[in-house]
Amino acid sequence: MMIPGVSRILDRTASIFLAVVLAIAIVVPFCNLLFPPTSPLHVPTYLVSLFGKYVCYALLALSIDLIWGYCGILSLGHGAFFALGGYAMGMYLMRQIGTRGVYADPILPDFMVFLNWPELPIYWYGFQHFVYAALMILLVPGALAFVFGWFAFRSRVTGVYLSIITQALTYALLLGFFRNNFGFGGNNGLTDFKDILGFNVQSPGTRAALFSISCLALALGYLICRALITSKFGKVLVAIRDAEARVRFLGYRVESYKLFVFTLSACMAGVAGALYVPQVGIINPSEFSPANSIEVVIWVAVGGRGTLIGAAIGAVLVNYAKTTFTTGMLAPYWLFLLGGLFIAVTLLLPRGIVGTVQHLWATRKRPADNDASGVSEQAPRPAE
Amino acid sequence: MKTLTTNSLLYLDGVNVSFDGFRALNNLSLAVEPGEMRAIIGPNGAGKTTMMDVVTGKTRPDGGDVYFEGIHDLSKLDETQIATLGIGRKFQKPTVFEMHTVEDNLALALKNDRRFQATLKWHESSAEKDRIDGILETIRLNSQRNSLASSLSHGQKQWLEIGMLLAQEPKLLLVDEPVAGMTDAETRQTVELLKEINRDRTIVVVEHDMTFVRDLDVRVTVLHEGSVIAEGSIDQVSTNERVIEVYLGR
Repeated sequence: MMIPGVSRILDRTASIFLAVVLAIAIVVPFCNLLFPPTSPLHVPTYLVSLFGKYVCYALLALSIDLIWGYCGILSLGHGAFFALGGYAMGMYLMRQIGTRGVYADPILPDFMVFLNWPELPIYWYGFQHFVYAALMILLVPGALAFVFGWFAFRSRVTGVYLSIITQALTYALLLGFFRNNFGFGGNNGLTDFKDILGFNVQSPGTRAALFSISCLALALGYLICRALITSKFGKVLVAIRDAEARVRFLGYRVESYKLFVFTLSACMAGVAGALYVPQVGIINPSEFSPANSIEVVIWVAVGGRGTLIGAAIGAVLVNYAKTTFTTGMLAPYWLFLLGGLFIAVTLLLPRGIVGTVQHLWATRKRPADNDASGVSEQAPRPAE
Repeated sequence: MKTLTTNSLLYLDGVNVSFDGFRALNNLSLAVEPGEMRAIIGPNGAGKTTMMDVVTGKTRPDGGDVYFEGIHDLSKLDETQIATLGIGRKFQKPTVFEMHTVEDNLALALKNDRRFQATLKWHESSAEKDRIDGILETIRLNSQRNSLASSLSHGQKQWLEIGMLLAQEPKLLLVDEPVAGMTDAETRQTVELLKEINRDRTIVVVEHDMTFVRDLDVRVTVLHEGSVIAEGSIDQVSTNERVIEVYLGR
């Protein structure tokens, strides 16, 4: 099954993208660890973590593009799945602290001691084992997406209505996680991490490894998305995006398709969140804020909806711009800039950066029948 | 419910549908025999499209019986189940997958395992290829095989949609206004196409175009305000006083 599929999944764009991601996965840690800080080729450790953060965002953006770009499900609450994956990883990291915490309790994380909790809540059990935590990173976002999607898609909630309830979902979780008695550190979240799998999370070696693993996760996520969208399943998704009723009258069970892809996308977002947390060193409820989820959609729109690589590129570019602007004099104006960017892209570049480039490429290659098959198939209409 | 309630392929009896007090279907009764082609005409708001919605599961009737093949109670099934039973529908406005090629549109419609697990593993077989070739021949879109559906003319989209219906291999085709927006030549070709399809499938056509209905030369049912007011050959119904009064006279 794999052999004839390889050329289908790895077209030229896909191969180049994968090669670049894998090259970065090797070169950046290499330049960080092997060159002395005085060398012009040296990449400082803080940059490795910063780039690692971008790569996690790219994976999150990819998960949104899969459902929004190819199936027309505009989730404005995907940050929730990202944060849940992050919390699952955070819980593992908290349990690794052990007696090195401020209160030196071997079992209870500091915030529980501070709140006078007598014992560990049941839902914290098992998180000292990495394998269990890794399972939860996939399972918790996946299960929530499955239950949420089950009700939403069966009731045929679509379009803006679905977007609004996804916002409500992440907002409800935001409020919940803010509460101290929820058991996840309330306002402060989880932080002060020490070890991951026995390695110090602060050490350059661990950071470099986390960076490479994030790149590999992005590459794997991308391959999974490619395999899906180039299969007949992917064609059904695009058909659902463009004419849902028609798909139903053809006898497809639209809700199963949506549920499958939505759940998968949530798992991807969860993995992105889990890799993000050890690199930034904290997870708190602000990750659930509705604005975060909207920002992810902007990254995808800027990069090019329905192109996959556009999502990744958009995430990196917008976040690079964010880092640059929010550290300078222009910091107070960043949100205006972001808003302006979204409006500008919607009006001037409705296909996004990658979509526009692909479209120009396709029209140049065959000026005779510019819309015939190929690349333009990937480019959906602008955001609704 | 195992015993046949009727020998008709499609059987509607006393069907009522109201929207906010408006009676879209009023005690509608209709029977279509296997192998038949039936034309349904009537003024705007007569309930033609609502009837199709009821048959395909888009609208639940408030009362009455809707049976397919005498055993399937369509009022209890949803769109997907009804489509799987073998009822295909063409919409009033041509609805094809614009961002897919003509070939992919047909491939998606081909009778096949519709579950998502199956589509993940699917590979085109030569039998499917032959089926698609055959349909492209029938709907006269062979040369557009690899074009995006969005690049087709209005009439070609109508044919592609009919082609997709054929690919489903339904027992019953519901065709809503197939010649709306078509040129005279295209309309004539569509008559030929429907007659060709009718050789092995039952068809119900809703249409406004009287020349087209006359050319089809089949039994005609006239709807008005949600009920049947006349049924028979086109010549019979067009001399019916009620029909002239509510429909043809205008």
